[in-house]
Amino acid sequence: MAIELKERPAPPSPREITTKPRRSDQVFRMVVTAGGMASLVILGLIALFLSIKGVHILVEEKFGFITGSAWEVITDESGEVTQSNFGIGAMLIGTMLSAVIAISVGVPISVLSALYLTFYANGKVKKFLISVIDLMAAFPSLLFGFWGFFVFMSSAEYWAKLINKYLGFIPIFDVPTPIFERSPFIAGMVLAIMIIPIVTSISREIFDQTPLDRVQAAYALGATKLAMIKAVVIPYGRGGIIGGAMLGLGRAMGETVAVYTVLNVVYQVNWQLLFGAGGNVASLILLKFGEAGPYEVDALMAAGLILFLLTLLVNATADLLITRFGGKGR
Amino acid sequence: MKKAIPTPKKPWQPTALDKLEDLLIVLAAFGLAGASVKFTGLDGKLGFFFSLFFALLVLNFGFQYLKRGTAAAKDSLLQVLAVMAIVITLIPIVSIVATVFSKGYKGLHWGILTEDMALASVNDPIANGGLLHALAGTIIMVGGALIISFPIGVLTALYLTEIRGPLARPIKFLVQAMSGVPSIVAGLFILSSLIYPVTKQLSGLMGSLALTILMIPTIARTAEEMLHLIPNELREAGVALGGTQWRTVAGVVLPAAKSGLVTAIILGIARIIGETAPLLLVSGGGDALNLNPTQGAMGSLPYYIWKAFLTGGTEEAFARAWGGMLVLLSFIFILFGLARYLSGRKVG
Repeated sequence: MAIELKERPAPPSPREITTKPRRSDQVFRMVVTAGGMASLVILGLIALFLSIKGVHILVEEKFGFITGSAWEVITDESGEVTQSNFGIGAMLIGTMLSAVIAISVGVPISVLSALYLTFYANGKVKKFLISVIDLMAAFPSLLFGFWGFFVFMSSAEYWAKLINKYLGFIPIFDVPTPIFERSPFIAGMVLAIMIIPIVTSISREIFDQTPLDRVQAAYALGATKLAMIKAVVIPYGRGGIIGGAMLGLGRAMGETVAVYTVLNVVYQVNWQLLFGAGGNVASLILLKFGEAGPYEVDALMAAGLILFLLTLLVNATADLLITRFGGKGR
Repeated sequence: MKKAIPTPKKPWQPTALDKLEDLLIVLAAFGLAGASVKFTGLDGKLGFFFSLFFALLVLNFGFQYLKRGTAAAKDSLLQVLAVMAIVITLIPIVSIVATVFSKGYKGLHWGILTEDMALASVNDPIANGGLLHALAGTIIMVGGALIISFPIGVLTALYLTEIRGPLARPIKFLVQAMSGVPSIVAGLFILSSLIYPVTKQLSGLMGSLALTILMIPTIARTAEEMLHLIPNELREAGVALGGTQWRTVAGVVLPAAKSGLVTAIILGIARIIGETAPLLLVSGGGDALNLNPTQGAMGSLPYYIWKAFLTGGTEEAFARAWGGMLVLLSFIFILFGLARYLSGRKVG
């Protein structure tokens, strides 16, 4: 019997193997990437729109806008601006002054607190303290401002008088007339209290990443805690701590409401920390905004642009330092 | 037969004697500080604190030096400094919470939930007027900000964790930079981009948009951290079962990160609920109840507090403001407690 040869069915054509994502994935990736670009777009738009409104002021005033220290608009009867003079130099100095006080008081306390939380506290106490400090970081600046004004001011004024009494021979601690209320010193102290929780939690995270083997090695060599921290923790976390301090600086420079409430915003260059006059760029914007005409609003936008670029620069440096050096040691 | 079970010795742990000595040092420091306040020129709380600080430093140093030598003595200095630092950190928070509660309860009454300030001035007796408009405004504005910023924040987080495209580093950097944008700049941006050229009026929606800018980075960063916690095996399992990336993310990763995403929302709300400066610029800040975010001035809790503090001046106005602050702080406490509770639970 002959075998009937059947036609064999053709094998199915092999599925094409490809790394090309399916249609649904392509859409997904596009949507997510578009969403991911949002931060870029928003930051770009902020810079763009503030420039559109403010750049003609910058062009008119040139460098005077940054170095000058006058803020005046003269209008005639019909409200037309006849003469104007804008310079935020005084406010920039005020911003730097209060922010520098804030970090020079706040950062040492924060770093020591973080050391306590990482290497001394343990168990329940540690957990509790960490959540309390995180909670404090979420307090609104309004609260710090009014607490500073109603509760903190009287003690701070007393401290300022003490400093003035014993260190008054140093020019920055001198005062022309004995007005100690609402001074840059007090604003700086309130800002310090505001940034302590932020800097503490960043430093704590950095300290937590210290490799345990090095810590144990230091202990095994007979190091005390101090020696261990000096030899291992600080070299390892130095960049991160500096980054955290810069982050605090950025926060302190952009603060509006708290500074507005505790500082007597006066438009003048004031180097005397304890004297009750000063200001910062953000509080200037809030102060002048209410009464500003359209032309002055443009100048405020320009001031906002400068503040935006300044904080962006500080924050970028901070981020760079934290990611570059955080988690790397010798 | 009796077996002697040796108890492990822990020679590094402080003995009862050590603890007693430490306690004695602290007590002695308090005594010295008290004495110095009493008998020398130093006075007041500050004087006491300073003398306590120095007394503790000196006593600890001296005691450890006599007992264990120079290295231990230096070590004890660091310990005293660290403890002092944490005490200094905690003093303001205790003082703030105590102030808000002790001053705030006077400004509370049942009417605050049903009345607004349309017919009352901040200097009226506390029983007139309430917080209704401020609460409604805050809820509407925060809700609006949440609706816009949650998708954007989660998409950013997904880009950073799931796609990990070539732009992941720069975007992470930009999100970080965005979280540092001063709140007043957010207000100015909305003014210059929308209010002056387009709407020409202040409204609650504008407040929402300004808050969105401040909320996106918080949500994006928290969501990113939470998505990083999802074990990679879950993603691999999803893909191995034939799922596309889209199905894996939507069906496996996001549901697993649900409580984490809720935490992100809560922390985002806590970040913006007390934000004042942008609302002063763009929301108008009305005193009457206004439920329409696109039209007319809208009040908010921070604005209410701000106004009562700055335009008042009487006992009633301050009581009102601290009352508002108490409500705001309670919100933050509740949100924070919720976030703690959710993030404490197991992932998945």
